[in-house]
Amino acid sequence: MPIATRAHTNREYEQELRRLREQLLRMGAMVEEIIAGSIKALIDRDSPLAERMIEFDRRVNQMEVDIDELCLLILAKRQPVASDLRFITMALKLVTDLERIGDLCVNISERVLELNGEPPLKPYVDLPRMAEDVQSMLREALDAFVAGDPDRAHAVVERDKTIDAYYTQIFRELLTYMMEDVRNIYRATRLQSIAKYLERIGDHATNVAEMVVFMVKGKDIRHTGKLEGQSPDRTR
Amino acid sequence: MIATALEGAKMKLVVRDLQVYYGQKRALAPVSMDLPEKNVTALIGPSGCGKSTFLRSLNRMNELIPSCRVMGDVRLDGDAIYGPGIDPVVVRRRIGMVFQRSNPFPKSIFENVAYGLRIGGIKDRSEVAGRVEKALRQAALWEEVKDRLADNALGLSGGQQQRLCIARALAVEPEVLLMDEPASALDPIATAHIEELIDELASTYTVVIVTHNMQQAARVSDWTAFFYMGDLVEFDRTNSIFTKPTQARTEDYITGRFG
Repeated sequence: MPIATRAHTNREYEQELRRLREQLLRMGAMVEEIIAGSIKALIDRDSPLAERMIEFDRRVNQMEVDIDELCLLILAKRQPVASDLRFITMALKLVTDLERIGDLCVNISERVLELNGEPPLKPYVDLPRMAEDVQSMLREALDAFVAGDPDRAHAVVERDKTIDAYYTQIFRELLTYMMEDVRNIYRATRLQSIAKYLERIGDHATNVAEMVVFMVKGKDIRHTGKLEGQSPDRTR
Repeated sequence: MIATALEGAKMKLVVRDLQVYYGQKRALAPVSMDLPEKNVTALIGPSGCGKSTFLRSLNRMNELIPSCRVMGDVRLDGDAIYGPGIDPVVVRRRIGMVFQRSNPFPKSIFENVAYGLRIGGIKDRSEVAGRVEKALRQAALWEEVKDRLADNALGLSGGQQQRLCIARALAVEPEVLLMDEPASALDPIATAHIEELIDELASTYTVVIVTHNMQQAARVSDWTAFFYMGDLVEFDRTNSIFTKPTQARTEDYITGRFG
């Protein structure tokens, strides 16, 4: 599947597409930063950092609005086809996933602020590992987008199972804390929520990866095993 | 490449190794293509790519150009259209053509459409009148002209004249309709009428259309063939060509990365 490497004859169109790419990558970088900041706020019990991350999300929201507007403009003016069409329609979906990740980080930061009002429940071992994996998935998905590399994107899709497994493990452990002592419930449920948000971020990173495959190959790999007429893929 | 359409569908026109020369210059490399019945096939490509040459080869219109040489095989329902003893006029009755600039005769609207019938030897007045009406209805022009069939055709608007030419082609009941940029001289509303008409015609006729308007090709056709410098580069379902073409040259052309 050829990805167009030559420039458009119309330079203005070429610039619009370049601007779109740049803005997408900038939004991706912002989102990566927010994930990192929110988790650091948890581990370091850093409330000011958590509050800064909540503020930072406003900029992510603004980017979603700006990018949507740019996409609409290009669609109206240029009537894109083929790879350009796939790029622009995927960009519209991509910003939705990135914006949701930003919101989930705000949720994480809010739970962190709640937790910081109490003594720590337990040393954090799995949560940071899970967060590390999720961040790396998103980074890989965005790198795959930059490189136009569907194989790298595919690899990200495969990693989602690991994230789901982390969540199950963390949940089970927190459950035992809750059953042990009712005074643990407040903190344990906050931590469980954080794990859930991370798991959702992993899903969004997977979406980004699936979109990269479509953009490059024109092949829609979403919902494998869950479409009508397909036998369910129970290994997921 | 041999461009084959879906298996099991009936091919109206089968082209094998078609080559066209103007003097010493080769305008069309050996091209092979199957054109499915009652489908619309669009031919796209930059100026000079050979798409109009290919189109005109389908009903032997190229022979009207003195220096033109055509080689290869074109079959309509299995019947060869080139070959000794085959009358090109008969070919052109079965395979009609509409051109970019509408060219109505300086006659009445009625006579324009009836002309081909009279030349074909049909004398019965009611039969002629019936077929003229049928053709004008098929060309979506009847309602607009039924009360002024005796008026001079040159008084019609551009869009109406083009539909008159389509009616004229349809009056002799062809099987295939070739259209060479039929809407490029028309305003957007007239263009929309023509596109709608093409959609209706495809249920009865096999249509082959040359267009330089990419979006038009995407809108009206079922199949698209991309030509470049005399070569057939890619032939596929229109939906695929415009969302995920397989050839880099096709991708470059339709996205505007050429030149």
